[in-house]
Amino acid sequence: MSGHESTYQPTNGFTKWLDSRLPIVRLLYDTVITFPTPKNLNYWYVFGAVLSICLGIQIVTGIVLAMHYEPSVDGAFASVERIMRDVPYGWLLRYVHANGASFFFLAVYIHMFRGLYYGSYKGPRDMLWILGCLIFFLMIATAFLGYMLPWGQMSFHGANVITGLIGALPLIGEPVQTWLMGGPSLGNATLQRFFSLHYLLPFMIAGVVVLHVWALHVPGNNNPTGVEVQNAEVETVPFHPYYTVKDGFAVLVFLLVFFAFVFYTPNVLGHADNFIEANPLVTPAHIVPEWYLLPFYAILRAITFDIGPMSAKLLGVLAMFGSLAVLFVLPWLDTSKVKSMRYRPIARQFFFGFVFTCLMLGWCGATNPDTPIVPFGNDKLVISYIDEAGESQQETFKEFAPADIFISRLPESANASIAVEAAPAFRFVHLAQLLTAYYFAYFLIILPFLGFREKTDPEPDSIEKAVEAEHKARSKVSTGDQAGASA
Amino acid sequence: MNFVRLAFVAFCFLTVQGAANAAGGGAHPDGPEGGFEFEGPFGKFEMHSVQRGYQVYKEVCASCHSMKLLSYRNLGEVGGPFYDPDYPNANDNPLIKAFAAEDIIVDTIPDEYGDYPLRPARPSDAFRSPYPNDSAAAAANNGAIPPDLSVITKARAGGADYIYDLIRGYPSTDAISYVGDETLIDPTKVSGSGIYLKSQVSSRPSDVGDLIQPIGQYYNPYMPGDTVANYTGDPRHPPKGGFLAMAPQLTDGRVEYLDGTAATVDQMAYDVAQFLAWASDPKVTNRKSLGLSVMLYLLGLAIIVWFSYRKIWRNVKH
Repeated sequence: MSGHESTYQPTNGFTKWLDSRLPIVRLLYDTVITFPTPKNLNYWYVFGAVLSICLGIQIVTGIVLAMHYEPSVDGAFASVERIMRDVPYGWLLRYVHANGASFFFLAVYIHMFRGLYYGSYKGPRDMLWILGCLIFFLMIATAFLGYMLPWGQMSFHGANVITGLIGALPLIGEPVQTWLMGGPSLGNATLQRFFSLHYLLPFMIAGVVVLHVWALHVPGNNNPTGVEVQNAEVETVPFHPYYTVKDGFAVLVFLLVFFAFVFYTPNVLGHADNFIEANPLVTPAHIVPEWYLLPFYAILRAITFDIGPMSAKLLGVLAMFGSLAVLFVLPWLDTSKVKSMRYRPIARQFFFGFVFTCLMLGWCGATNPDTPIVPFGNDKLVISYIDEAGESQQETFKEFAPADIFISRLPESANASIAVEAAPAFRFVHLAQLLTAYYFAYFLIILPFLGFREKTDPEPDSIEKAVEAEHKARSKVSTGDQAGASA
Repeated sequence: MNFVRLAFVAFCFLTVQGAANAAGGGAHPDGPEGGFEFEGPFGKFEMHSVQRGYQVYKEVCASCHSMKLLSYRNLGEVGGPFYDPDYPNANDNPLIKAFAAEDIIVDTIPDEYGDYPLRPARPSDAFRSPYPNDSAAAAANNGAIPPDLSVITKARAGGADYIYDLIRGYPSTDAISYVGDETLIDPTKVSGSGIYLKSQVSSRPSDVGDLIQPIGQYYNPYMPGDTVANYTGDPRHPPKGGFLAMAPQLTDGRVEYLDGTAATVDQMAYDVAQFLAWASDPKVTNRKSLGLSVMLYLLGLAIIVWFSYRKIWRNVKH
């Protein structure tokens, strides 16, 4: 699984016998022990290790939870609570699994932004990036399926919204929707197949992770300079012990934060409504997905207009899936020859704008789209009534007092009612539209054109030169500080 | 520096979720002054309060609200309000047996004639439900099904604070007036309505009106909902809260506490909220004490690994 020459030496008869038949020890040795890794990787590069730990935690806790879970509409909700109450340490398993999903996504988002910043998606790592996108897509599917399983109000109505969206796709939409739901509506058949698929997909993720690591080890790691390794002797260190210890430290810090949530605020990342058992007849006031899918939900809801024969609903679905699909072709959209944003002063600004956009989209996804951000003028009061001739009339007021007097003077037969006419405003839906436009523009306009026009800063000749220059700059700063302090 | 930036990014991601949970409608629940004993990283349930809360539940709430996910034995298990170290198996605890036997339930196993006989409950049985099914519950309560209270503090934004504020947040009698066959609530006299006026000497502002309470429904400023359709004042600024089918339940002395504590409305609200918080998440104390060991272990290990990292990398310029 690695592009470098193997230095593994079988030491005893058994390993020699095994090595000539199935060189699995050699494979692992070359992959996690001797693999030459650039020595200038910073802490943004630890999330690969963090993510493999996350996947392991989710699979192990998930397998045990599945031993106690009951996939039926009558038993699912109660069985989840039973796990929390009666299974020894069941509360720990469940809270680790539920919060583990959140932290899995937290880590994968940082991992992806890292890749975007240092240009890790560019050849020869384009295949590596595509496999990563595939893992991300499978993660979204797995998380969505898993959120259905506790059979709470958000589980049910969230699944209802998303399966409804798939039904909006032309031609294939309805058959796929029916197949997913196992019938014409959400019910026991849906829950059972969601459970089955939720168990299947993590193992598909694990399979793609193996390919992802394989595709990493052919070209080797990218690094913060974006300059390829030229002299492996001085520019790389073996993965073990250098990166096992560094990643190990990062994993422990990550786990500290993770377990702070698990043990002290295990429900803060979830929604209270999901502790109400699913009831198809009562729709929650606000249906929202888990926080990690909010940006995509915001993109979905941002499309409120029809274009030609395509309805807003269909366009919303296409935009949402498009926001994922565009990631897959990113290696061919970014035309710049320089990988790292360290040496791309203009692109860097756009990148930080993109990170900000994703966070703001999350905020839009969490908020009612009609909520005004900047109102233009005040809301008005409209009184509707029937005049003596039997015609319906309307009267608009700015203040309540004259409106109240006006109503009190109308006869009983006028059947007057008062309503609020909302002032025009810049609302969350408008913000979401602007942010969605930026999201797509970043990939489809900014990165393709910037590659031709941008004047990049000079790249270092090699990793070694970059490290030396950084040390020189650092020691200059520290001696400068000392000089300042002594003066 | 890298770590500061990392922490900042993580913080940004997680604050997004805060906005997601800020659902509107009811007044923000503040909970009791000084909070509950079980809050905070080292908080534990005040078991006397949970015991009293069980009494309030049993004598007041249980006549309409079920708690289907709890069994009598849970009361006597480790971490439960009536745990007795002499009876590690709660099913043997005579107090728990006595609590269970007070309730007559329909057996789940048919007798020799195929009928489901009535019998006193045993510790292993689930709490008796007041109604045989949802239809019966709705029919007896003006169409509204009283929610099951098993996980109620997890199922409501604000948790135990919400329960505490809701059950003592109903308008006092001086805010209620009766005109013809209509019941009017003056929101300026209801704390939490958002229009509450501390001094009632001056006449109320002209854009403030009354809430017309629908028959069989009760206004509560902490109930998530919408009051605008029942409000005679400016519809742009309706009072916070909503209407619910549960009438105010607690009056001073509604229960007589066995331990002699004065049963004020505030005390009963406090106790029952604490009991419901225990019922929703009975492993809280367990969780926090295990959490402390896990955090300390991880912290110690992280420090050791950090020093190993420094040592291993000391000769590599990076």
